[in-house]
Amino acid sequence: MKFLSDKALHRLRDAGGERPGTQGNGADLPDLAGTRYALIERVARGGMGVVYAAKDERLDRRVALKVLDVEDGGGDLARRLLREAQVLARLEHPGIVPVHDVGTLQDGRVFYTMKFVEGRRLDKHLESVESVPDRLRLFLRICEAIAFAHARSVLHRDLKPANVMVGSFGEVLVLDWGLAKILTTPTSSATNDDPEATIVDAAPTMTGANEVTEGAATTAHGTVMGTPGYMSPEQARGDNERVDERSDIFSLGALLRFLLTRESPRTTPGAKSANALPDKSLEAICAKASATDRRARYASVTELSTDVSRYLDGLPISARRETLFDKTVRFYRRNSVAILLIAAYLAMRVLLLLISHR
Amino acid sequence: MPYDTQPLGGDKFPATRWSVIDAARSGDAGEREHALAALFAAYWRPVYKYVRIRWNRPAEDAQDLTQGFFAELLERDLLAKYDPAKSRLRTYLRVCADSFVMNQDKAASRQKRGGNILHVALDFQQAEGELREQVVDPAAIPSPESMEEFFEKEWIRSLFTLAVEDLRLLCEQRNRGKTFLLFEEYDLDGAPDVSYDELARRHGVPVTDVTNALAWARREFRRIATDRLREICGSHDEFQRELLSVFGKKALEGKA
Repeated sequence: MKFLSDKALHRLRDAGGERPGTQGNGADLPDLAGTRYALIERVARGGMGVVYAAKDERLDRRVALKVLDVEDGGGDLARRLLREAQVLARLEHPGIVPVHDVGTLQDGRVFYTMKFVEGRRLDKHLESVESVPDRLRLFLRICEAIAFAHARSVLHRDLKPANVMVGSFGEVLVLDWGLAKILTTPTSSATNDDPEATIVDAAPTMTGANEVTEGAATTAHGTVMGTPGYMSPEQARGDNERVDERSDIFSLGALLRFLLTRESPRTTPGAKSANALPDKSLEAICAKASATDRRARYASVTELSTDVSRYLDGLPISARRETLFDKTVRFYRRNSVAILLIAAYLAMRVLLLLISHR
Repeated sequence: MPYDTQPLGGDKFPATRWSVIDAARSGDAGEREHALAALFAAYWRPVYKYVRIRWNRPAEDAQDLTQGFFAELLERDLLAKYDPAKSRLRTYLRVCADSFVMNQDKAASRQKRGGNILHVALDFQQAEGELREQVVDPAAIPSPESMEEFFEKEWIRSLFTLAVEDLRLLCEQRNRGKTFLLFEEYDLDGAPDVSYDELARRHGVPVTDVTNALAWARREFRRIATDRLREICGSHDEFQRELLSVFGKKALEGKA
C-alpha cells in the first residue's frame, strides 16, 4: 500500500485539498465530466440537494446547477428532482426561475440547471426596504408568481422568505419548488404524461424549522411537508388531501406578516407577534390569509393581491368591514393632498375676506 | 490478498457499517470477526509505530508486541470493557497498548499467542520503511503529549491509507484508472508546482476533466474514509468527535 506523506495527509484532511491558485474543488463537488458544465462554486444547500454556480461552456454563461446530495437508494429522490425540474419547465413566468437543462452525472446523480440569479434572499433584502408600500409591492410580485403557478395547477407548499430571491435589478423570483405539487393534469401541451403527476413522491418530511429529512418513496396521507409557521394547519397535520391553493395562501399570509414585521411567524398556537402590524387593515388581510379554517381564507391568490393593491390605493378591502371613522381616516389618507389644498385655499379665502372687511 | 487491502463491504459502495463496539458484542460470529478485522486493519500500524517510538523497542520486539497486543485484546475481551462515555476508542487502545507493553516480559508466550490467533497480514517491513521515511528518531525520548499526537497522526495515516486503497479498488472496478492516477499525482504525490493544466497536458485531457475527476475522487475518498471511521468508533458521539479530528469543522457541515 502507498505510504502517505505528511503533506498528503494534510491535503486529504483538508476535505478536498484545495491549493491556492487552482480551481478549488471540495471533496463533495459533483463530477461534471461529460456534461457541458464546469463547476464554479457552491452557492446553497437544501434538504436533498446542493446548488452550485457552474459555467455553461457551450453558451458561455453562468447557470445554477442543482444536484442530489443525499443517499438515494431507490431512486425516489432522483425522480423527485426530475419532477421539480419538470414543474419549473412548465412555469414560464418572470417571477419563477427558468430551468434550462436536465441530465445525469457520471456517478448516476440527477441534476438540472436553471438561471443563475444574482441577488439576495428576501429576508436579507428587507434590510434595505424601509417603507411599507415598497414591501407590499414586493409581496404583490410574489403573489403574481404564485397566482400563475396556481393557474397551472401547481402548488408551491414551501413559501417562506428563504425561498424568495430579489435580484440585483429588483426582480422577484420564487425558488425551491422541491415540495411542489401538481393538483391536476393540465391539458396544455406541457403536461406530463403521468396522470398521477405529483411532486409529493418522496417529499421531505419536516423535522424542524430549517431541517428536512428525506421521506419515504411515496407520500402517504399523514406525511408532513413544509416549514413550521409558514405551513398551513392542514399541511402541518399531514392532511394532504385538503392541501390546495388555500394552503399556499396561508403561507403567503405568514410571508406578508414577516414582510411587515420582519419577525418569523410564531409556531405556538395562540402566540402573539411581538411587532404590531402598521394598521388594522393589514392585520385583517394577514389574518384572513392565514386563517386556521381554510374556508375563511381568501379563495384565490388574486383575491389576496387585490386586497393588498386596494389597500395601497387607499380603497376599502374585503377582509375588513369599516366603521364610519375608518372610512373618514381612509378618505383623508387617500385624498390628503387635495384636502389640504382645499383647506389651505379656504383658509386663504377666509383670511382675504377678513382683511377686505377691515 | 492481505486483509487490509480488501475493501470492506465487498463490491458494494458505500456499505453501511456497524460500530465496532456493537459488532464486537454481537452474537453473530461473522459480524464480530469482520468488525475486529476492520479494527486491526486501522490500528496495527499506529500501534506498531507507537511501540517502536514510545517504548523505544527494536523492530522485531515491536512486531511481537503488536501481534501480542491484538491477541490479548481478543483473549481478554478488552473491547467489551470499553466504555464510550469515558474515552475515545483510540485513547483506550493506546492506554491498553501501554499497559500491555509494561506487563510483557515473556516474548515466547507473546509469539505463541500472536501466531495462533491473528489472521491479519501485517506488513511490518512496510511499516518500518514508513518510519524511516518519516525521519523519526526512535532513540529520542518523546514526551507523553507528543506521543499522543504521534499516535493520533499515525492513526489518521492508517485510516487514510486504507481509504486510498479502497478508492484505488473502486476506480479499478469502475474503469476509472485515470481518475485514480490524477488523484495520486495531484493529491498524494503532488509537488507544489503541479497544476491542473500541467496534469491535463500530461494526460492529454481537457482541464475540466481533471477538475471533475479530482472532485469525484476526493468525494469518494472522503465518503470511504468516513465509512471506515464510523466503523472503528465506539459510539455516534465519538464518531462525530473523531470526524472533527480527522477532517476539521468542514466535516460536520457535510452529510457525514
